Amino acid sequence: MVVLAQLQDREDVHLQSHIDGAPILSLKGISKSFPGVKALSGVDLDLYPGEVTALVGENGAGKSTIVKILTGIYQPEEGTITVSGEPLNFPTAQDAGKAGVTAIHQETVLFDELTVAENIFIGHAPRGRFGLIDKKTLRRRAKELLDRIGAQIDPDVTLKDLGIANKHLVAIARALSIDAKIVIMDEPTASLSYKEIEETYELVERLKAEGKAILFISHKFDEIFRIADRYTVFRDGEKVGAGKIADVNEQSLVKMMVGRAVDQVFPNRAPDLGEEVLKVVGYSHPTEFEDIGFSLRAGEILGFYGLVGAGRSEFMQALFGITKPSKGAIRIDGKVAVVRSPNEAIHRGIVYVPEDRGKQGAIKGLPIFQNVTLASLSQTSRKGFLKLAQEFEMAREYTQRLDLRAAALDQDIGELSGGNQQKVVIAKWLATKPRVIILDEPTKGIDIGSKAAVHEFMAELAAQGLAVIMVSSEIPEVLGMSDRVIVMREGRIVAEYEGEALTPESLVRAAAGIEEARA
Amino acid sequence: MTVTSLDPQTLGRVLPNRLKSPVRRFLTSWELLLLVVAVMVFITNSFASPYFLDPWNLSDATFNFTEKAMIAFAMGLLIISGEIDLSVASIIALASTAMGAAVQMGADTPTLVLVGLTVGLLCGAFNGFLVTGMGLPSIVVTIGTMSLFRGISYIVLGDKAYTGYPSDFAFFGQGYVGWVISFEMVLFAALAVIFAILLHATNFGRMVYAIGNNPVGSLFSGIRVPRVKFTLFLLTGLMSGVAAICLTSRLGATRPSIAFGWELEVVTMVVLGGVNILGGSGSIPGVVIAAFVMGMVTFGFGLLNVPGIVMSIFIGLLLILVIALPRLVGRYLARRKA
Repeated sequence: MVVLAQLQDREDVHLQSHIDGAPILSLKGISKSFPGVKALSGVDLDLYPGEVTALVGENGAGKSTIVKILTGIYQPEEGTITVSGEPLNFPTAQDAGKAGVTAIHQETVLFDELTVAENIFIGHAPRGRFGLIDKKTLRRRAKELLDRIGAQIDPDVTLKDLGIANKHLVAIARALSIDAKIVIMDEPTASLSYKEIEETYELVERLKAEGKAILFISHKFDEIFRIADRYTVFRDGEKVGAGKIADVNEQSLVKMMVGRAVDQVFPNRAPDLGEEVLKVVGYSHPTEFEDIGFSLRAGEILGFYGLVGAGRSEFMQALFGITKPSKGAIRIDGKVAVVRSPNEAIHRGIVYVPEDRGKQGAIKGLPIFQNVTLASLSQTSRKGFLKLAQEFEMAREYTQRLDLRAAALDQDIGELSGGNQQKVVIAKWLATKPRVIILDEPTKGIDIGSKAAVHEFMAELAAQGLAVIMVSSEIPEVLGMSDRVIVMREGRIVAEYEGEALTPESLVRAAAGIEEARA
Repeated sequence: MTVTSLDPQTLGRVLPNRLKSPVRRFLTSWELLLLVVAVMVFITNSFASPYFLDPWNLSDATFNFTEKAMIAFAMGLLIISGEIDLSVASIIALASTAMGAAVQMGADTPTLVLVGLTVGLLCGAFNGFLVTGMGLPSIVVTIGTMSLFRGISYIVLGDKAYTGYPSDFAFFGQGYVGWVISFEMVLFAALAVIFAILLHATNFGRMVYAIGNNPVGSLFSGIRVPRVKFTLFLLTGLMSGVAAICLTSRLGATRPSIAFGWELEVVTMVVLGGVNILGGSGSIPGVVIAAFVMGMVTFGFGLLNVPGIVMSIFIGLLLILVIALPRLVGRYLARRKA
């Protein structure tokens, strides 16, 4: 901190007045709700010029919502936004841009087919005669901006030919081109290599030196402590803490992130573990995961926790036969099983409720009952011919069991709410009478009521002897449902917890790669 | 490890099978609208020309659509699954050319049928392999094979024609089963029933709909998507082979320009029949009625001596209208709601 302050002293003396001065952007009492969910309730956030403020919180804590409010994509229901002391509201993304706010997302919105220079100046390109774009000036100014951030990129190159790190640099040059005062960086290092990450840090230092206020969103504690000056912690849509990084340590930040009163009620379970159903040995993939091995018993709920991109879904999809592993074997009931396609997985009793419900789970356009019977048509048909009465019977049985809220079984699944679509997808798999059910983020984006129903049903399934694998990034869910939790980071299993050792802090530390604290 | 009885208190509500009765569903269906159009065309034609209601004339009129409709049934399934085959007319040309060459080598009628069907199947397999095996988009693949297959016919035949088909071969395209009922008409009806059952009453048909609505979700539900699609390309090739036999038999000769432009008429028939060009929905009864509508319109224009170019303008307009209509209606309904 001291070193940084000195650095800024040297580079730009008048900046000193900003340090510890008034925030350039100040959010007060911001609230935003969506149908069924209160995403933000009365949060505050201050950003200071020449300083990096880290925004931390679990998935679903409201971080993306605040970014969308700052960039004019969402409008808050309550609260005030003050920029340089003037109250403002951002009804559109363009207004946000005019107020000097720009965001660099994980997947930045740029245009693949345009050149770097065109991308930097899209929407505000320098004009020449007849209002045509002045290509010479465009290129010169793009080059100046790229030089300013130390990027070795040819402004004439087409964007699609750049790697992801360089695309970020282009996005940053674009941010500078509109003379942004406030730069939001949303997990900018999530998909970068080590070297590219270092370059990103250097860039953040440069932006700081230029007096930009930076909002830095990250799950990685090492980088938060390395580059941030201040922090703000969100939990369940509320601000639970803010201050200077120098005054906190990792442990206290983690505590703020997860230390909630458990407000969600999870079913009481008395796990009755049976025989080993599934054993995975040394499952590997060239790029996504390596050497995954574990065993799973009947009646058990095994949680898989990790950050987004830790390789959990990729591994589960390999287990389900969607992608091929490069190495490894699985045993089901002690017998070696080969799973090369979802079809084979289903026959072996492994089913997968995907995270991307809209694309991979629900078949929108088909009615509910056809969605339910889709994976077990051989049961509801005779010699390949459909038996509608049996289909309706099967669909009614499982939709009733899951308490599906719908008007009729021939209603298009696309008309149902997310939670009810999820119930239909689960019903589809139960109808196949599986041994192992994998649920990938089973309650992501569904309302509280359906969430509870899904949780209760998972508990029932386990009680009836199914082996359940649950991939989840929500700590309360992982803690509330799992008998045992495996933590994955960067494609590997890094920890396994059960019983007393299974605490929010231990999960967050293992997932983020923080050394165990010596008390 | 079956999931069995649960606490009855935790059970949810019992859902009824259907929201709307099948009758009410039919009353708001595309098929009914088409049926009304068909009746109107029929009435208009019978007033426009005194020759229209003659049974023999009507029987002749069916040849306008029977061969195309045979392909349209398979094409309907293919389009519902989200793919398309634009090479069907060229498959006819290639199959017909192969049969013509076989005749020159003294093949008898059963051999000719076998040759026609085999060439159709092989062409379908080739398309299917390129699409499902190589992962190429079917519209591009079949535009390519459209040129390829017919190109081979042109190389083999040049400006010549194969003739000299055995006399009993003529039955497929010129024979009558009884009174005015042609063999083609019977074959058309039989195939309509077979394809309707295949699409609407079998597991295979259900998978076709599922794939058309959501190919990724279908894969994640254990459906062997590539296998189903490959089968559909095979079926479309096979039906093109069947159509090649009927058409060659009816014409009694093979020229490389045989069935030129039919792919568009077949696709028009399918889309007019209510099949969504983007996949996911449609029905065989719809395609059957669309076949009648197109056949009668063509025939009516013929009786009125309308030149061929006007007919193709009309078909083109019909196609655009059919695709635009649902969108226009949707927009109108949305505006009325708002």
